[in-house]
Amino acid sequence: MSTPAQQSSGQPIAFVSAQALRARMHDAVNDPHLRQSFRGAMDFLMAKRAAQFPDQGELDSLRSLSESIRQYSLSRLPDLLEQLESNLTRNGVQVHWAETPEEANAIMLGIAQRHAAKLIVKGKSMVSEEIEFNHAMEAAGVGALESDMGEYIVQLAGEKPSHIIMPAIHQTKQQIAKLFAEHIPGVDYTDNVDALIQIGRRVLREKFEIADIGLSGVNFAVAETGTLCLVENEGNGRMCTTVPKVHIAITGIEKVVEKLEHVAPLFSILTRSATGQAVSTYFNMISGPRRGEDKDGPEEVHLVLLDNGRSQAYADEQLRKTLQCIRCGACMNHCPVYTRIGGHAYGTTYPGPIGKIVSPHMMGLEQTHLLPTASSLCGACGEVCPVKIPIPELLIRLRGEANSAPQANPAMVGQGAGYDPKISLLWKMWARLYARPATYRAFSWLATRFRALTPRQQSGWTAARTPLKPASRRLRDMVKDRR
Amino acid sequence: MSARERILAKLRKARPELPLRQPSLDAHYAPRARDESRQERLARFRTGIEGFHADVHISTADNWPQVLATLCAEKNIQTLMYGASTQAAPQLEGTPFGGTTLRPWAGRFEDIKTDLFHRVDAGFTLARGAIAETGSLILWPSGEEPRTLSLIPPIHFVLLDAATIHPTFYDALVGENWAGGLPTNALLISGPSKTADIQQTLAYGAHGPKELIVIVINVEGERA
Repeated sequence: MSTPAQQSSGQPIAFVSAQALRARMHDAVNDPHLRQSFRGAMDFLMAKRAAQFPDQGELDSLRSLSESIRQYSLSRLPDLLEQLESNLTRNGVQVHWAETPEEANAIMLGIAQRHAAKLIVKGKSMVSEEIEFNHAMEAAGVGALESDMGEYIVQLAGEKPSHIIMPAIHQTKQQIAKLFAEHIPGVDYTDNVDALIQIGRRVLREKFEIADIGLSGVNFAVAETGTLCLVENEGNGRMCTTVPKVHIAITGIEKVVEKLEHVAPLFSILTRSATGQAVSTYFNMISGPRRGEDKDGPEEVHLVLLDNGRSQAYADEQLRKTLQCIRCGACMNHCPVYTRIGGHAYGTTYPGPIGKIVSPHMMGLEQTHLLPTASSLCGACGEVCPVKIPIPELLIRLRGEANSAPQANPAMVGQGAGYDPKISLLWKMWARLYARPATYRAFSWLATRFRALTPRQQSGWTAARTPLKPASRRLRDMVKDRR
Repeated sequence: MSARERILAKLRKARPELPLRQPSLDAHYAPRARDESRQERLARFRTGIEGFHADVHISTADNWPQVLATLCAEKNIQTLMYGASTQAAPQLEGTPFGGTTLRPWAGRFEDIKTDLFHRVDAGFTLARGAIAETGSLILWPSGEEPRTLSLIPPIHFVLLDAATIHPTFYDALVGENWAGGLPTNALLISGPSKTADIQQTLAYGAHGPKELIVIVINVEGERA
């Protein structure tokens, strides 16, 4: 178990203790409403995705192509980042680099203060969640308002998103109706979804009109043209990147691709995998601030490139595959664990299978070493991943990193955080026993003879199960009798 | 060392000696190319975008302004804003619009921002092209037709020439060499703004236009 003092990369992200994680998971599993919400939503999303891929051959080909584009891009990552920077700069976009969430927030706060900004309207950005952007701005007296409907709901409720694509998936419309009636002046309770959305539209349009800065994430950054691509349905992303005088985009360093044509297949597989849509309502390609004859658009565009542990994943050939992710959320939609415990139980910005493999790099293994164990290794996440990230393999790898003796791999922050010398010794003995037939036979002979001595309390096993006890006869003996 | 240098140094140290092979996009797209007529392509586009709740009206090069005027009257549009110097503007201006005031975009966004948010009922823009596979419009906003014209007014009318519909997004951006020069903002638009963020229930008119109406110029005539 870890302590907050051990925070490896010194970031302000919520601390995940083993106890807290277990308690949250326990509570989540015992909340029938939550389970119903997630079960329903996941079934819906799985069916919608399946309907988008009627042709298995096309899906296979598109997945392989998408995987190869992401792997190719990563193989040239430092070059592509430099190419992206120089083309963005040529287009008039100011590029900033940040190693940590603090650096990223400081850069953005600096921009906000230079413009004496009072209000930042935000399009959906998981990276901004990752760095706790809203807190950092509010602490400095700058308002940060979410404008994606789901994010707006979650912010009103004082919560964090429980799904990377559908942030308010855990809320029922009745809960949202109550939230709106309580928090928005002059709004009466209504659980009519159209009415609720129109309320959100009215409130947020007023904000788009007066906001000083618009913030957005990035789905793909194109190196050869210096273009930032955004995928969205609501139009709030376009509002945030068009109406305020300043647009700040923030993204992880892994999102870059070399060529504009590379975004065509990635965009297609992204929307189909994520929400089961053939295409999103808007695909927004931004190549610079207002210039020349332009009559609108922001006067300044900034891009913040964030590392925050991504370079650690990059350093290892196997773990690098984590960075292929295009953030579609299909892995969580198909995950039996996520479906049962929901997104909040994980305690990390990114929940579900992708969260389990990406968070250890962002937060260090001290805080996250239990996450890779919250999996049945059923393999569903790997099967649906549009860029073929071998998530189960990476979970096993991370379990190994977490539980191996400290200092076995100094390149991985927090490696060995789950190491227990007693358990480690036990497994070593077991391995030896198993590897030597004579010892194993002797052990099993003894186990059947002394089975009455098996303890009744077997740690975690007997918490919810009957105790294990060796059989009275070995399989080996029974087979021998048959002959 | 700056953050930039530190990040790049870490990545350089770890990157593979040789980059992987360039992915082959043609190998995926070429065998899936369709042999279809322009009318079939238009039909596919129409099915796609109608599935996203857009209205499509097929018209001709001469008749589309009348179609637009009729729709404006039906929808009781007081003010329709359009780009003043596009190729479509003279035709638009030469058509009687009844109770609808035609207002050309004039000045900078800041000058007309309040009107755009509160007094313009509909925006009219041209589409650069469209995509049959997904039912998407391609817009390249410009000084003539700024970005917000297709974003802020509650109704968005789009004029599309059926001859400019591409089979796929890939065909459009490779065929027209977009990488050779993009505007500051390029867009694909597939339907009116929408959200399913409340209990997966689809609702239209989230933040952008509540209605998207496409008028297609089709040389084969109005029956397509």
